Amino acid sequence: MTATDTSHEDRASTSHAHPSPRDYVNIAVVLAVLTALEVSTYFVDFGRIAIPMLLVLMSVKFLYVAGWFMHLKFDTKVFSLLMYAGLAFALVLYVITVVIVYTGHMPAS
Amino acid sequence: MAATTHDTTLRLDNRKLAMWTFLGSEFLFFGAFISAYLLYLQTTAGGPGVGIFDIPFTSISSFVLLMSSLTMVLAHSAHARGDLRRMRLWILATAGQGAVFLGGQVFEFTVFVKEGLVLTESPFASSFYVLTGFHSAHVFIGILLLLTLYAFSHTGKVQAHQDVKTEMIGLYWHFVDIIWVVIFTVVYLIPEIAVG
Repeated sequence: MTATDTSHEDRASTSHAHPSPRDYVNIAVVLAVLTALEVSTYFVDFGRIAIPMLLVLMSVKFLYVAGWFMHLKFDTKVFSLLMYAGLAFALVLYVITVVIVYTGHMPAS
Repeated sequence: MAATTHDTTLRLDNRKLAMWTFLGSEFLFFGAFISAYLLYLQTTAGGPGVGIFDIPFTSISSFVLLMSSLTMVLAHSAHARGDLRRMRLWILATAGQGAVFLGGQVFEFTVFVKEGLVLTESPFASSFYVLTGFHSAHVFIGILLLLTLYAFSHTGKVQAHQDVKTEMIGLYWHFVDIIWVVIFTVVYLIPEIAVG
């Protein structure tokens, strides 16, 4: 391996500013609190807000992990685009599923 | 010439671009299985349904997997600083937490089978086992990748300046975690509230 290779290997991963280990621990604490809130819905009756609350908590956790731990917040937008494209296709599949269910084509139990 | 070996015309590292393309397709892969699970949620054919889930137990294994993302990112952070010793420690911690999660899955599946929820019992059972089984397979592959990285860091195939290799495996590991964040909510918690 040449010196040029080596400098490239460095650049490949450090072209964006990395958060500090303390930042990562802080994010993990937030994620732990959000998970505890999620689990609380099993023990406490939140009524009609339970499911929307769970979906919001899930989305926030998802964005924290993708943004901070997977570095999407700091990396090029191309990588975010690839992830959101996959997610969009998955959501389209889900919508098709919901349409099938609500038009009465749900499989018999 | 060597300096541009890993660059694309977008000036992006082609290994990371390939990994993100793969992960984008994986979202669709799991999206299909999650959709199938939701479609078959009530088709239990008289057998066990979502009431069989042990939420407190699954919560603990979910928490372990979530925290493994912290140790993974700390491994990458250590490697980026050229600290291979700490990187190895965090890698082993991540693999260990992955193994604990897998053990929890095996235990959960064993209990479910004993209670009558076998793969061919109903569309609900099949879709549940296929979804969570594929996720567990991803965790298992992740553990193998982590242990390979650990071994290669000892043999010199992974050196202090090559932190992009840890970053790549980290991306895969965080993906496995992020999918579980969705599965835990959509497969376990919401049906338990809505149906259970």
